[in-house]
Amino acid sequence: MNEVLVWLNDPQNWTGTRSTPGIGDQVAAHLAYTAVALLIAGGIAFPLGLVLGHTGRASWLVSVANGLRSLPTVGLLILLYVMVSPLVSGRGDAVYLVPTEIALVVLALPAILANTYAGVRNVSPAVRDAAFGMGMTGRQVLFRVELPNALPLVFSGVRSAALQVIATATIAAYVGLDGLGRYVYDGLASRQFGEMAGGAVLVAVLALLVDLLLALVQRVTVSRGVSGRFSRRAAGGDGRTARITELAAADPDDLSPAAGDPAATDPVPVPEGSGGRSTG
Amino acid sequence: MTSAAGSAPWDLFGYFADHREQVLELLWSHTWLSVLPVVVGLLVALPIGWLARRYRWAYPPIVSVTGLLYTIPSLALFVIMPTLLGTQILDPLNVVAALTVYTVALLVRVVADGLAAVPEDVLQAATAMGLTRLQLLRMVQLPLAVPVIAAGLRVATVANVSLVAIAATIGIPQLGQLFITGFQLSVSGPYYPPIVLGIVLCVALALLLDRLIVLSARLLTPWQRVVTAR
Amino acid sequence: MIRFDAVSKEYPGGTVAVDELSLTAPSGTITVLVGPSGCGKTTSLRMVNRMIEPTSGTITIDDRDITSVSATELRRGIGYVIQHAGLFPHRTVVDNVATVPMLTGTGRRQARSRAVELLERVGLPAAFADRYPAQLSGGQQQRVGVARALAADPPVMLMDEPFSAVDPVVRDQLQQEFLRLQQELGKTIVFVTHDIDEAIRLGDTIAVLAVGGRLAQVATPAALLATPADPFVAGFVGRDRGYRALAFMSAEVALAAEPAVALGSPLARARDVAVDDWVLVVDENDRPQGWLHLPAHPAGGPGPAPGEVGPALLNLGGTLAPVGGTLREALDAALSSPSGRGIVVDDAGRLVGSVSAATVLDHVHDTAADTPARGGA
Repeated sequence: MNEVLVWLNDPQNWTGTRSTPGIGDQVAAHLAYTAVALLIAGGIAFPLGLVLGHTGRASWLVSVANGLRSLPTVGLLILLYVMVSPLVSGRGDAVYLVPTEIALVVLALPAILANTYAGVRNVSPAVRDAAFGMGMTGRQVLFRVELPNALPLVFSGVRSAALQVIATATIAAYVGLDGLGRYVYDGLASRQFGEMAGGAVLVAVLALLVDLLLALVQRVTVSRGVSGRFSRRAAGGDGRTARITELAAADPDDLSPAAGDPAATDPVPVPEGSGGRSTG
Repeated sequence: MTSAAGSAPWDLFGYFADHREQVLELLWSHTWLSVLPVVVGLLVALPIGWLARRYRWAYPPIVSVTGLLYTIPSLALFVIMPTLLGTQILDPLNVVAALTVYTVALLVRVVADGLAAVPEDVLQAATAMGLTRLQLLRMVQLPLAVPVIAAGLRVATVANVSLVAIAATIGIPQLGQLFITGFQLSVSGPYYPPIVLGIVLCVALALLLDRLIVLSARLLTPWQRVVTAR
Repeated sequence: MIRFDAVSKEYPGGTVAVDELSLTAPSGTITVLVGPSGCGKTTSLRMVNRMIEPTSGTITIDDRDITSVSATELRRGIGYVIQHAGLFPHRTVVDNVATVPMLTGTGRRQARSRAVELLERVGLPAAFADRYPAQLSGGQQQRVGVARALAADPPVMLMDEPFSAVDPVVRDQLQQEFLRLQQELGKTIVFVTHDIDEAIRLGDTIAVLAVGGRLAQVATPAALLATPADPFVAGFVGRDRGYRALAFMSAEVALAAEPAVALGSPLARARDVAVDDWVLVVDENDRPQGWLHLPAHPAGGPGPAPGEVGPALLNLGGTLAPVGGTLREALDAALSSPSGRGIVVDDAGRLVGSVSAATVLDHVHDTAADTPARGGA
């Protein structure tokens, strides 16, 4: 553990030298690979998931995408690299970049597609029926009703995809690309345990920060009515009990004997998100 | 390592014939490296998930901590494990431990949510019949949570088969080794057979394990078959 | 006025959901489609706003074919309320209600202030406006559903089992308020239910549908109870329809004067006015409080002072029938009264007189003799 701290504390590792990039540069490279893969995967899977979910047609595409999950990403990366390298040799990093990005896109696609699809499909039939019944067009139903309600699952798909891509972008260094994986494989090759584990720790921290950022974006984008984060604040005292009494007093339906019963008036909070990360 | 067979993707059968013993050995290590963490992970996740369901206050911290664990990249875990366990860097135990952590992280929430999905009136009825807490868990909650837990197991297992392969890049042998071999043999031109063979075996293993879980879940929940058969 | 003209709906595979339905729902009234599940009542309703397209036949609203405008435009002019309300979980109550006006271009501010008005109209305090649907009870959600359907002030409302998913107490209340609301608004309403009691309570006209989408009978509630068209309708309308039919006859019976004593009077005074050992006890405003059975209290008993008529001595049995109410209410008051004398009160709840079961039955007998002989329809 000591070696890791020594490596992480060495300022030279952060700034880098003329010939070797510093940690900052590698983080930037790692993030760039991740962002490109997520944007491409999202650009394909998100609209596709919305349309498939909205129409309910061609759901087999979702199953096919789910089948992609069983592809070993390292194998795919090396296969693509071996295939691509004769074609683009001599064009700088493209020989590493193209196979890496394709492999990462394939990795990110299923989670985003399956969750977006499930999110739209999971919108209650009564809600969809009401939306059409009041005269919304198909497009309005999709964007004003289905999408806002699908957002928690969409986000859980994107977050899951982001985690997997950040984790797997590490292997890009194995075929010769930059990124934080550089430290892992260089450290391994030169038996520098501090560098190796230091790189691993940095990947973990980066994954955590990106997940946190996406969680924040999710918090501001998803309606509180969907996430179930209702304001429990009420004037003074225990917000919860204050709310319950306020409800009981103002509730015209609660003329039944259950009126004072907290269990009867306290609305059941909808759990945030749903299911395991990539179970969608 | 070069063989009599050619270097095209469809020469994987020839490659397999030439390296049968070695490939089967890699397949076997890949299998136990993928399965053992799922088994151990499930055994660990069950009581933790139950706690998170049983005590309301325990749910948020447990789900947050396991969620955090889940964000740690597997390769990072493989590399960090030796520091935590005092193992050698090339010890396969690192992979098992790391993937167990990963599986637990995934399954705890699944178990908790699966137990929570058991309808309250069923629980009330069972409690009213005089079942103890343990009987309730064994006879009612667990059986009814099987479909949800099985879904979580499928995700964890399929992910593990893919993740185990990554460990080959730091030198732990299993099917991922075939990719490394192909990579190293492709210096002067593409040499596909081991790479394609590795992918095919990985996918086959993932699908086989996936089917096994589906089948066992179906055997454990005969009442679901009645419903879907209609 | 909504008119179905030989409307059929057949699904691929040959299932006939609605079979040659011809029916008119008059303007400003409630037309109830009632029938067992599988009778095509919901399908019929959903064909009006083109959520389902008929296989053949035409539907007109105020003599305009509903296919003459686009489906979305048609729907924006028709209020639609469904069983589980179908509120948008991601929008606050007020934004749910303001949905249609905002779709049709009303400004956000105006749509919202109108929405708050509507909420109060359906009996929800303005404090609910900023809540999310998940924070409301089922009955409250249904009120919001009704407000949302009313938001664009559509002349026509379609309601698909709107009160079926709430408990009986809340349902009763919602029905009552719905009738009050309809009295103010006078919408043309088509209402679907499987509950014949709800149909009889709410409907101006009731259309009974049989399985296979066949229209079995269209009639007013009273006519439906009195003269079911066929065995299916008779069976569906139910067993105690003779008793229920009394609810559609006004109780124009002669009332007997009912002597009463006020709370706190001496028992001796009660003994003086009692008829058949029973005496009615009222409060200082002449509102009936209960019956006193004198043989049970020979010398008084527990009370503020011995020998006085106290609340603890009273038998609380007996419902009260309103003046100008129905025969059913009058008969019920008589049957439930321990003395056999049903108490009739005025709007303020003050004692007017009493009526016996025999009087009510004589009246039923006379009325039946006046009406022409009943035959099949």
